[in-house]
Parts: sequence; C-alpha cells; structure tokens
Amino acid sequence: MDGIHDFGGMEGFGPPAVEIDEPVFHHDWERRAFGITMASFVLGVSNGGQFRHSIERMDAEHYLGSRYYEHWLTGVATRLVETGRVTIEELEAGAGGGFPLSRPVASAGVTVPEPGTDVTVGDEVRVRRITTRGHTRCPRYVRGRRGTVVRIDPPSSLPDLEAHGDARRSEPIATVRFDGRELWGEGAERAAVHVDLWLSYLERVT
Amino acid sequence: MSDDHHHHPRTQSPIEQRVHALEELLVDKGIVTHEMIDEFVARYEDDIGPLNGARVVARAWTDPDYRDRLLADGTAAIAELGYGGPEGDHMIVVENTDEVHNLVVCTLCSCYPWPVLGLPPDWYKSAPYRSRAVREPRALLAEMGCDLPDEVEVRVWDSSAEARYLVLPQRPAGTDALGEDELVALVTRDAMIGVAR
Repeated sequence: MDGIHDFGGMEGFGPPAVEIDEPVFHHDWERRAFGITMASFVLGVSNGGQFRHSIERMDAEHYLGSRYYEHWLTGVATRLVETGRVTIEELEAGAGGGFPLSRPVASAGVTVPEPGTDVTVGDEVRVRRITTRGHTRCPRYVRGRRGTVVRIDPPSSLPDLEAHGDARRSEPIATVRFDGRELWGEGAERAAVHVDLWLSYLERVT
Repeated sequence: MSDDHHHHPRTQSPIEQRVHALEELLVDKGIVTHEMIDEFVARYEDDIGPLNGARVVARAWTDPDYRDRLLADGTAAIAELGYGGPEGDHMIVVENTDEVHNLVVCTLCSCYPWPVLGLPPDWYKSAPYRSRAVREPRALLAEMGCDLPDEVEVRVWDSSAEARYLVLPQRPAGTDALGEDELVALVTRDAMIGVAR
C-alpha cells in the first residue's frame, strides 16, 4: 500500500533530532510495548509481513504523531484483536478510554505480482509499478525506475503473500543499485542507492 | 529495571494506560507472563548493543584474514565472535575506504542489525532520516556532523528485505600502536550506521 510508512524521498520533515547518549527506551511503557511485541512473535500472533502491515494500516495522522513503540503497540493490539485473542471492548475497558487500532486490511485491491524472471549480477532491471493495497516491500520511490543488479541473496518468502494468508512463494532477492539521478532527476546529489527487491518486483530491461 | 508495570501508578498518560491494559489483559488470559516481557527487555536493554559491533570492527582492523571473511560472509564472521539472532540472520558488511562512504537506512520501517548494534536510536526510525537518506544523503550527513569531500562516493543501503547492513568504518589514523581492546573503544555506533566517518 502507498502508506504513510513509505518515507523514502518524501520532503518536509526537516533535520533529524539527534539525542546525545540516548537511552534504549525513553519510557517504561516503551519497554513493556517492546517486550509484549517480542512475546507475540514467539506466540505466533504475527509473521513479519503481518506485523509490518498492521503498522502500515495505522491511521496516517496517528502514525506521524506517535512515538515508535506506540506503532508497535497499535500493531500488536490490532493483530491480537484480528486473531481473536482479545477484544476491543476488553482493551478499552482496561485502558479506561479509547484504544485506537489500525484500519482493517483492504477488502479489495490486495494483489500479488506475477513471478519475475531470473536475473544475474550485472543485469539492467526496471522495478515494476506495484499497486497493491496490501503489504509490499517494494518502496514507492523505486517503482518504474531502472537500476543494475549488484548482488543476489538466497530465496526468501515473498512478503506480499505472507502478510495476507497461508500461501507462500520463495524467491531470490536482488540488490539493485540505482543512480541518484535516475531516482530524483538531473539535479540530484551524486549517490548510489541500493534497494533489496524480491524478483517479482523486477523486470529485465531488454 | 523498575517493577512499575505490576502496579497501577497514580496518573498515567493515555499511551501508558493502553500498554498497561494490554499487558494485564494478556497476563490475565494466560497468553504471556510479566517475566517473559522482562526477559526480552533485559536482553535488549542490558546485553545486546553496539559494543558487539565494535568488537567485530576492531577484530577486522587488526586481523586482515578476519576482515576478508567478514566482507565475504558477514553472518558467519560475526558468528565467530558469538553474535547472531533475530535481525542478524543475513548480515552484509560494507567497507568504507578513502573513496567510498556507506550509509544504512530502512525507509519502510526500522530494519537494523540487532545482534551487533542493539535496538536503533530514535533518529534512525524517524521520518527525517528515513525520507532523506535515500534522496539527499550528503546534505543529511553534513547536518549530522559528517562532512564528506566531494570526491568520496556515497553508497546508500536501504534495508528493504532480509539483509541487514553493518558499515565497516576506516581505522583512524595514528592508531597503529593500539591493540584490539583499545580499538574497540574508538568504534562508535554512528560510524557503523554510516552517519559518522
């Protein structure tokens, strides 16, 4: 989905706020939210794709206006409700007020790309225009852009499928090197940006 | 470590109330225990952190064979020092040189090599860093105090899939006399992410 989480290349956020000698957790509730989420993985509440998508489905203003571990809390609570382990009524009763969850998975438009073709290091590729309303790990800023394959990683489960059901498809992951100008135009900074992309996200440039 | 979570503090913010409510509900239902959560917190707050990565880097600076193994198979070389686990199953180590500077980001969420660096700092997970690292890395680095000469090539690595990246910084000049343990103290977390030289 073209969600608020997909930050690559967005403008208007200003400089990063760097804190000297920053603690691992800033509040005790962050410790607990982290631990609850880690425990939820052990208990099989979510796989990686399901958990990431539960955060991507947060209300965009809530996502932007909340601290990082509030994202985790919202995602894990959403998954616990969706898997029937707890109810929103129980959560709100315990919290003594509202307990905002993420929006539901899109009821239509959740698509999975067709399998891609094999690529090898040195190949020129173009990123497909992925348009799913579901989960994907193909960032918006590289879609439709051309780059060169510089590394192939071992097959791994395609997140677009894994986040939405029991079906699995394992594919190699290609590291694609993009020139900054290909991504951002002629005035771009001189830089190479590498993105790790499942083969289904790619097509070979002939 | 505090035991606050076992009791209801007098005044809680809405997020504190929600976290507390969820933890108590899951414990009441027998889904998790407080101790399970304590254990995860302790592991990542007390045990795993950038000192692990610093040991990897210092070893690479002092042992050329180890450096070669680290660049060829990061996961295996890091495991030689006893480090591995979640968010570190497929480690790629990228080396800074006089000509090349590497920078690591996760634009989609917050992927980060936990076994060698611990949990990421706030700025790494923030909108400013995630949005700008892939678009204007030089300007971003300069704002973070890392000025790169024009001739240095910048390579950004967006951790969008399974690989997790660790930057192997350059050994500082004038440290030939230092041993591995002394070098460990010179390696910073920021250099291993690539926001410092």
